[in-house]
Amino acid sequence: MIHVSRLSKSFKVYKREAGIYQAIHSFFQRKYERVDALDSISFDIPKGEIVGYIGPNGAGKSTTIKILSGILVPDEGECVINGYVPWKDRKEYVKKIGVVFGQRSQLWWDIPVIDSFHLLKDIYTIEPTIFQESLTELTALLDLKEILKMPTRQLSLGQRMRCEIAASLLHRPDILFLDEPTIGLDAVSKKAVRTFIKKINLEFQTTVILTTHDMQDIESLAQRIILIGKGRVLFDGTIPNLRDIVPDPKLSLEDVLVYLYQKLGI
Amino acid sequence: MRKYSTIFKIKFLAGLQYRTAAWAGIMTQFVWGFLEIKMFQAFYQTEPQSFPMTYSGIVTYVWLQQAFLSLYMLWFWENDLFEAIQNGNVAYELVRPVSIYNTWFVRNLATRVSKTCLRALPILVITFFLPPNYRLTFPSNSTQFLGFLLSIVLALLIVVSLSMLIYFWAFYTIQSLGLRMIFQTLGDLLTGAVIPLPFFPTLLQKMSLFFPFAFAQNIPFRVYSGEISGIAMIRSIQGQIFWIIILVGFGKWLEFRVKNRMTIQGG
Repeated sequence: MIHVSRLSKSFKVYKREAGIYQAIHSFFQRKYERVDALDSISFDIPKGEIVGYIGPNGAGKSTTIKILSGILVPDEGECVINGYVPWKDRKEYVKKIGVVFGQRSQLWWDIPVIDSFHLLKDIYTIEPTIFQESLTELTALLDLKEILKMPTRQLSLGQRMRCEIAASLLHRPDILFLDEPTIGLDAVSKKAVRTFIKKINLEFQTTVILTTHDMQDIESLAQRIILIGKGRVLFDGTIPNLRDIVPDPKLSLEDVLVYLYQKLGI
Repeated sequence: MRKYSTIFKIKFLAGLQYRTAAWAGIMTQFVWGFLEIKMFQAFYQTEPQSFPMTYSGIVTYVWLQQAFLSLYMLWFWENDLFEAIQNGNVAYELVRPVSIYNTWFVRNLATRVSKTCLRALPILVITFFLPPNYRLTFPSNSTQFLGFLLSIVLALLIVVSLSMLIYFWAFYTIQSLGLRMIFQTLGDLLTGAVIPLPFFPTLLQKMSLFFPFAFAQNIPFRVYSGEISGIAMIRSIQGQIFWIIILVGFGKWLEFRVKNRMTIQGG
């Protein structure tokens, strides 16, 4: 279903010291540094699995998601998802995936949410009957009835995130990429999002790949964890497997990670 | 195609909301138009024999320019597109099953057309009834009028495909203000927005024909009044088509390059 092998990607980062002299100097001569965001990442994910993709800030989580969703082109390595190479067959491939970036918005800022949904309907050429069905389902599951007619700019973060998630599922994707979907949400909204993800996974066998820093997201959702640091896969297995590595079995998952981050120096 | 027509529709309708801006625009365009005509009148009265266009030709040019300003203004940008490039929201555009070039092209078209819909008609209607010295005349004949209709569309496509180059260039520079300023300033001169191209010195006029800018508003406005007719009209329209092919091709190539070395700002 998802096959990733030896995926690497580096970025050029522009650097300079503080101060006016350095600013002038860099005007004439720029210093770049190569940062390896991903360094030979490999994994396979079968259909219907929920995978928690975790690691510290800057580990390469978002970069992986962006490569898997066809936005970025890797330097090396291969990746085949549903028979497509994401960055090569982008337009065909993205018809069957949904992506949510928790820190960005895909809804049109000053028109009602429902208008954004209708635009997506045409962009993905969703059949009217299927669209209506999806919309009814998502409205019920995510409790959107009251907010569909409001313009996006007037929604609270929790309301907006529920709409964002609905927007990524209108076309019934096989795979859902969630990049920090619960960031900034209150306890109730977080819970609603988790319950919902579980439900669609059960009902539609949707494969879910989730990045998050919230260990409760992971504990309640992920059947499998992939831990990365400095662009490499450090662990790939279940939560119990992960606990086996650490000496103290009573540690919370949060503390397990802190222990690992420190021990591995990432 | 339906995808793009929906994007057009949404952008078009959104543009129609701004009615006050349209009225303000119409007032400005009238004042500006009168001032320009006054200026050219002064030239004409001093030395009619060295005036490079007919008097009614210049009046027509000025009013058409004012009526269709929103179609051809080179200093107009879809600012959300630059913002999306700068803050990384462009990531969302890339996970849609559409071409970014086509989507952005359509958005630019829609905004320009909807702004023009609000402004052009009142200006055209009123200027037909002005005193003879200020009056917008009818097209000289039906061939000219057809040529005008064709070239007004082609000129719009040239302007939009030109600005597409700047949008994609912005992926490289991140901050695109400098680039835009150069484009706007040079472009406005070479397109005949400041003064019509026939008023340029001969050498400059010849040089301007090597740039796509000369094939925008310069063509339809002068075809309308019959200043460009017959074989020259056909040549001009061929030139327009030539430039559209070149510019769209170049833009698509830039899009291809950008996609292969895309970076998303802001994580």
